[in-house]
Amino acid sequence: MDVFLLSRLQFALNISFHILFPTITMAMGWFLFYFKLRSNTSGHPVWMRMYRFWVRVFALSFALGVVSGVTMSFQFGTNWPGFMEKVGNVAGPLLGYEVLTAFFLEATFLGIMLFGIRRVPNWLHTTSTLIVALGTTTSAFWILALNSWMQTPQGFEVVDGVVYATNWKEIIFNPSFPYRFVHMMLASGLTASFLIAGLSAYRMLKGDDKLAPKLALKTATYTAAVLIPLQIFAGDMHGLNTLEHQPQKVAAMEGLWETTEGAPLLLFAIPDEENKENHFEIPIPYAASLILTHDLKGELKGLNEFEGEHPPVAPVFYGFRVMVGMGMLMLAVSWLGSIYLMRNRAFPLWLKRTFVGMAFSGWVATLAGWYVTEIGRQPYLVSGVLKTADAVTQLPPSNVAMSFTLYAVIYTGLLIAYISTLMLMCRRAVEIEEITTEEREVAKAKIKPNNTNPVAV
Amino acid sequence: MFENVSPQMLGNIYVGLLGLSILLYAILDGYDLGVGVLIPPRTEAFRDDMIASIGPYWDANETWLVLAVGLLLIAFPEAHSKVLQALYLPATFMLLGLILRGVAFDFRAKVVQVQKRKWDLVFKYGSLLTTLAQGYMLGIYVTGLRTDIWAQAFALLAALGVTAAYAFIGSCWLILKSEGALQEKAYYWAKRGLGILAAGIIAVSIANLTLHTEIRELWLSAPWGIMLFAIPATCFALLALCGVLLKKLPEGNGKGEWLPFFIALLVFLLSFAAFAISYYPFIIPGQMTISDALSDASSLRFLLVGVVIVVPVILAYTLMVYKIFSGKSQKLSYY
Repeated sequence: MDVFLLSRLQFALNISFHILFPTITMAMGWFLFYFKLRSNTSGHPVWMRMYRFWVRVFALSFALGVVSGVTMSFQFGTNWPGFMEKVGNVAGPLLGYEVLTAFFLEATFLGIMLFGIRRVPNWLHTTSTLIVALGTTTSAFWILALNSWMQTPQGFEVVDGVVYATNWKEIIFNPSFPYRFVHMMLASGLTASFLIAGLSAYRMLKGDDKLAPKLALKTATYTAAVLIPLQIFAGDMHGLNTLEHQPQKVAAMEGLWETTEGAPLLLFAIPDEENKENHFEIPIPYAASLILTHDLKGELKGLNEFEGEHPPVAPVFYGFRVMVGMGMLMLAVSWLGSIYLMRNRAFPLWLKRTFVGMAFSGWVATLAGWYVTEIGRQPYLVSGVLKTADAVTQLPPSNVAMSFTLYAVIYTGLLIAYISTLMLMCRRAVEIEEITTEEREVAKAKIKPNNTNPVAV
Repeated sequence: MFENVSPQMLGNIYVGLLGLSILLYAILDGYDLGVGVLIPPRTEAFRDDMIASIGPYWDANETWLVLAVGLLLIAFPEAHSKVLQALYLPATFMLLGLILRGVAFDFRAKVVQVQKRKWDLVFKYGSLLTTLAQGYMLGIYVTGLRTDIWAQAFALLAALGVTAAYAFIGSCWLILKSEGALQEKAYYWAKRGLGILAAGIIAVSIANLTLHTEIRELWLSAPWGIMLFAIPATCFALLALCGVLLKKLPEGNGKGEWLPFFIALLVFLLSFAAFAISYYPFIIPGQMTISDALSDASSLRFLLVGVVIVVPVILAYTLMVYKIFSGKSQKLSYY
């Protein structure tokens, strides 16, 4: 294998592994802040119980996100030196702002959030939780600004083959950024919701009949039920934005070879890149044109208009279907769960099992979505500015093959360890007492003297 | 903003920031890596307390490495790709070490006892892999990215030296943060580490003088050179003082337990200063200067706005956290 393919595989592996964890922590930070606020306002110890369980999941996910993220900052230089040489003047400051305004904030206040509750006043602990949530969101802001700029670049000029920034506002708020940011934050919300709901359902299946998992399941199911229609809407808007700026990506997503008026939506097909056609199509006539142009006879550009400039079709085409399919499944499951909750009926066994099965569904949808957008940008690294092949390193392939193998082995091991540890934490939580005496005292002390309502435990 | 800052000035500012990040990284992640290296491999005694002593800090400590590599990438992209391509394999091993120790820290607190022991060892050897790789990279870097046998030998020496330095500052940290049997053990580790560190500094200094003629001329030219020799002289005076303290302190009543760590910090600072003076204005020793590698000035000015506002804030809240968790460390309870 050549160094280009190896470097791509390695980067794909690293970034795929990395994104799993921020996708969880970005939204889970806000969940924790909500738990903490509820604990402060209600004084009911169950919120703190939930906080303590999920903050440990947060810490583990955060650690995996940090260590896998560090490798990225090395690979830009080692495997893709052409990236910084050509667009470093834009990419550099955005990355710099991410480190300065987000990384230190998250990492430092996480220490207080995890270990500081006995050492700092309650308000500071609550504020630290808020700061960590803000930090993870800020981090997403900068990195998505950079990624979006690579998709839809503007606000720069090219002098002697090097990109120079001319307008930072245009660079940061480039055309695809608002859509991508919202889409990703919602994806994170859904991923965290289904993880919380799934693991809580798992605890209940293992015989945990305490209040904490029930309440977590309820909170997460309702959150998912609210977020998923928003996500479908945001995804649709993002698609329209992509059609405007990267029509070749949309053509690959739709598997559309010839420019067509009234293009069908393909539920399934096997794209054949060699013969530029699809096999085994299951079309819905006119639907793609209707969705993308809001007109049954609307014209969609086909892949053949972008000869040599369009992405490989199959992964984009399939990735898009996996993402949308997973979204539909999320819609069905979260709304079904909400119906049970609103009627105050306990989840039947099959529904609990379904939630357990969906615990990591957010990962599948998020990865599939990212594959669509990142592979969909090929053959460019920065649309119209820099081709991926022109940025690659001159390192000997054997070195990259070795590092790639090591990463693959370690990441596989860590993924197994991560999932099994989460499961173990759930099984252990089953045996823990609902509320300890100490917590009861703390809770009592929190309740104002004039509040005559006894704590409902 | 900063339109009147010249590119040369920007180069100095960014190399200064890079230096600050590396120095803070070496001190801060240095002590927590050192604690990791010192984890006793055969007995479980001390492990929980040792790890508790670094619990609230390690994440933020490691962020200084991200900033350092980030600054190198942003301000000196050519140097970043040249240095890290030359050091590709050791950098990969360092990253793997950092990954393993970072996650082990979190996994160990959440798994069953048998598994916990395994993660403890992952934590120890991950830390060791990291410190050896960092030392090796430092060694190759100061030779100006040479690959011959002498450079390799020097890099191996540096690998041991850096590991000893981290273990030393780690044991000083433990003296500060622990009590009882663990503290006694920490005094023992610090005494042993001190000797190795002193030998290491001498060896690396001599090797350094033989590596580049410019440096030899700089250091051996009177009167500048004589003044420069104040740096190693102070360094050794401090180490000697630390040796005395390490003998006296255990008999005291807990006063001055912060002194060994403070001295270790000064030794790191002085060693770093000696390096910086030797290699300025090179970003890669003997090969590439700061201004050769500097990226576009207007982008650096844009980032400088953030640096000027944010870096003091980072330093302030870092200090706040150290103050919150000051005193002897307590058992880590995720409460």
